[in-house]
Amino acid sequence: MTTRIFGSGIRRREDPRLITGRASYTDDIKLPGTLHAAILRSPYAHANIKAVDASGAAGQPGVVAVYTGEDTDGVLNGLPCAWLIPGSDLKTPAHPAIAKDKVRYVGDAVAVVVAESRYQAEDALEHIAVDYEPLDVVVSPKAAAQDGAPQLHEDVPNNIAFTWALAGGDTDAAFADAAVTVSDTITLPRLIANPMEPRSALAQWSAASGELTLWNTTQNPHIARFVTCVVTGVPEHKIRVIAPEVGGGFGSKIPFYADEAITAFCSMKLGVPVKWTETRSENYLITTQGRDHIEEVEMAATSDGVITGLRTTVYAGMGGYLSTAAPGVPTILHGLMYSGPYNIPNISGTVYGVFNNGAPVDAYRGAGRPEATMLLERMVDLVAAAVGQDPAEVRRKNLIPKFENGHDVATGITYDSGDYESALDSCLSAAGYEALRAEQAQARAEGRCVGVGVSSYVEICGLGPSQVAGAVGFQGGLWESAIIRFYPTGKANVMVGSSPHGQGEETTFAQIVAGELGVDVDDVEVIHGDTDTTPMGWGTYGSRTTAVSGAAITVAARKIKEKSRALAAHLLEAAPEDIEYEDGRFYVRGSPDQHKTIQDIALMANVAWNMPEGMEPGLEASAFYDPPNFTYPFGAHVAVVEVDPETGHIDLQRYVAVDDCGVQINPMIVEGQVHGGVVQGVGPALWEGAVYDDDGQLVTGSMLDYALPRADLLPDIEVSSNSTPSPHHPLGVKGIGEAGTIASTPTVYNAVMDALRPLGVTRVDMPLTPEKVWRAINDARNGG
Amino acid sequence: MTVPVEITINGKACAGDVEERQLLVHFIRENAGLTGTKVGCDTSQCGTCTVQLDGVSAKACTVLTVQASGSSVTTIEGISDGVDLHPLQEAFWNNHGLQCGFCTPGMIMAANELLRNNPSPTREEIRHGLEGNICRCTGYQNIVSAVEDAAKAMGGR
Repeated sequence: MTTRIFGSGIRRREDPRLITGRASYTDDIKLPGTLHAAILRSPYAHANIKAVDASGAAGQPGVVAVYTGEDTDGVLNGLPCAWLIPGSDLKTPAHPAIAKDKVRYVGDAVAVVVAESRYQAEDALEHIAVDYEPLDVVVSPKAAAQDGAPQLHEDVPNNIAFTWALAGGDTDAAFADAAVTVSDTITLPRLIANPMEPRSALAQWSAASGELTLWNTTQNPHIARFVTCVVTGVPEHKIRVIAPEVGGGFGSKIPFYADEAITAFCSMKLGVPVKWTETRSENYLITTQGRDHIEEVEMAATSDGVITGLRTTVYAGMGGYLSTAAPGVPTILHGLMYSGPYNIPNISGTVYGVFNNGAPVDAYRGAGRPEATMLLERMVDLVAAAVGQDPAEVRRKNLIPKFENGHDVATGITYDSGDYESALDSCLSAAGYEALRAEQAQARAEGRCVGVGVSSYVEICGLGPSQVAGAVGFQGGLWESAIIRFYPTGKANVMVGSSPHGQGEETTFAQIVAGELGVDVDDVEVIHGDTDTTPMGWGTYGSRTTAVSGAAITVAARKIKEKSRALAAHLLEAAPEDIEYEDGRFYVRGSPDQHKTIQDIALMANVAWNMPEGMEPGLEASAFYDPPNFTYPFGAHVAVVEVDPETGHIDLQRYVAVDDCGVQINPMIVEGQVHGGVVQGVGPALWEGAVYDDDGQLVTGSMLDYALPRADLLPDIEVSSNSTPSPHHPLGVKGIGEAGTIASTPTVYNAVMDALRPLGVTRVDMPLTPEKVWRAINDARNGG
Repeated sequence: MTVPVEITINGKACAGDVEERQLLVHFIRENAGLTGTKVGCDTSQCGTCTVQLDGVSAKACTVLTVQASGSSVTTIEGISDGVDLHPLQEAFWNNHGLQCGFCTPGMIMAANELLRNNPSPTREEIRHGLEGNICRCTGYQNIVSAVEDAAKAMGGR
């Protein structure tokens, strides 16, 4: 039974409530007497607030209260930035929940109305008069860092929040000696995460007990409790954060936002439950966005295409304020991955984190790694073109050879295990790469623009060792914990501190316990998302939940097994070392008939009628697991496109993915993560990108204007996998949540550029919309 | 200014006095207390609020409650009792056609309409039929497989 459950694609145990509409997301929760909050948002990207007159709203129908920055000032603490990168001259200017003196992006909160209904609260916003003094605006992160740019924060010269530098080897010498150098400026536009569930908060303050309960759309309820304590001043043990069903996050539900602080403030002022739920339009304005990189990149290589050096200067937009984890994304999660799957002996990079007049930028699926993979994979293609070799072959000759237990790269980190060439071979074979190139040659001869894109990637996942977290300024740990509790009937609960929200760990975690202890998977219920009922944990992001929480569960299950073995020995009147375990049964070696099942053990441990001397009753174990290293999943992807040169339209015809995330607990779920991840990375290559105009107004302010991938735009993705176990993980798993997103943007981008090469087009900024592609083709034809 | 309305939701009469401007999706969620129907956007793009209105699929965020008075609405809660599943629900489950689940009720209701109009769709036709519903998790592939599977189970082919 155990082998059948662990590693098999059983259908998900969380699904029945979701497919029947019986699940409760935050906005579905109704408490008696709940009032509704609506937040007035700045229509200016940058302005001084001269005056706020909220008196007009107070008398509106249903309105119970109106609060401005004057009311929260000194009551709510500022929103903290929680990733304080050392050695980077980091500036962390104040980020008040409600702006009092100045607004720094369209959507910055200025006032809040609490009313009996949401309609009434929104109506009343129109009766608040704000006198703004508009200021000059800067949107581009590079422009924002120049002398003379509008300054967002008084104490941050040139808007530079931090400067982070990386150096390994001797890059200047590598470039001086290089036979071939290539360079490009790569723009990664701002992306809007768009989880289908908008963010929401429901706060219930009890003055009598001094307790605050916050239902919140968060990926990390324990961090949310910690920060709620910091911002509201309510002691941590008096705060309960509940992440009920959470409808996707992709990073945008990691940060702690002004909105939940304001909602909590309102409930604490009024003594009744208060709910706030963002509209999608608000989500576009205020919920953290991803990427916003301008990357100036150079690569050095030999005339035979062997990479000798990489040099970057990156301007990373931060938006109006530093969001919770923002500084870590373009630095630790980005620059440290500059070697990718390749041997690159000399690497240097400088990253400027820059305030600009847009929504705050923070982690978005892949978080720093897609930005690194994009620049690397673009450069490798340019090197291949420069030396006249096939891009797959140039990759192959630069890949780090197979290693099973540790490989150091020039950025100073140690990958756990890798077999990059096998992944590339598998992918080229699955794609029929040679045939594709032959078909491409034929198509070109017919005047058709067919392109093939290849990418290899490795990512840093399973975040991560807490000691490293501390060393790189992350203001928390990165371990996870689990409690496994068996009841007298042999059923078990598993309580975890992480908080899956679509990744299916209610199933995979039960599969781990089933695999370790031989119980039926349906006899295990996984509990998560409530700080009162789960042990401490740091949350679900960075492809870490299966890796780190899964390891904690494994360790706890093995403790259960050892206690069970000792109890079985006592009951079977044998020595513990003579007890064998197989498939949920403990038996005396050589006498399989003399056995106790795990259910027998659970019953006896719970009634405790006959326990060995000194053994505590109960069958429960907890484990705190701090990983010794990160995990490094990897893979290779191929895309095939055809571009219509008359319209610029791009047809994504095939997409082939081979990923290696180590040991798989549930291959069906792994494959689903790859599908979704790939599509999220195809989005910015072809369609997605937030556009702010020169006044800092979000032009792509709704799903009408921001082009999300839709079902009819995509082919079926051809997914397969290899398995190279992580050497340091108790199950060998690595994580798969972000792989597709990291690989697919450069794969599709390179495919399109490959298609356009015969037309003389050398660069087009993402997303590769038909208009931009058409213009690039026309410019090239006209000798541009 | 409120208007009396009566709407039959999942076979049960729901009456109320509502503002003329109230959206049907809010009546379903707030007045009738059926929260399976979701609100995912405010521009009728995402499809999470898809229901059947007098037997035809409609985005409940673009219908006023007063327009639906006297009509019959079926929501995700109404296509099965939650135990004996509708073939589409079963197929979404079997094919891993959902991750976070937020788009799922609307996706199932839209797929139901698709299969009503075309009981044996190709994968391409399914993709086109669902272009009005956004899913951010699955990349759609397993949703297409689920609808294909459900079509077979429902006798389409």
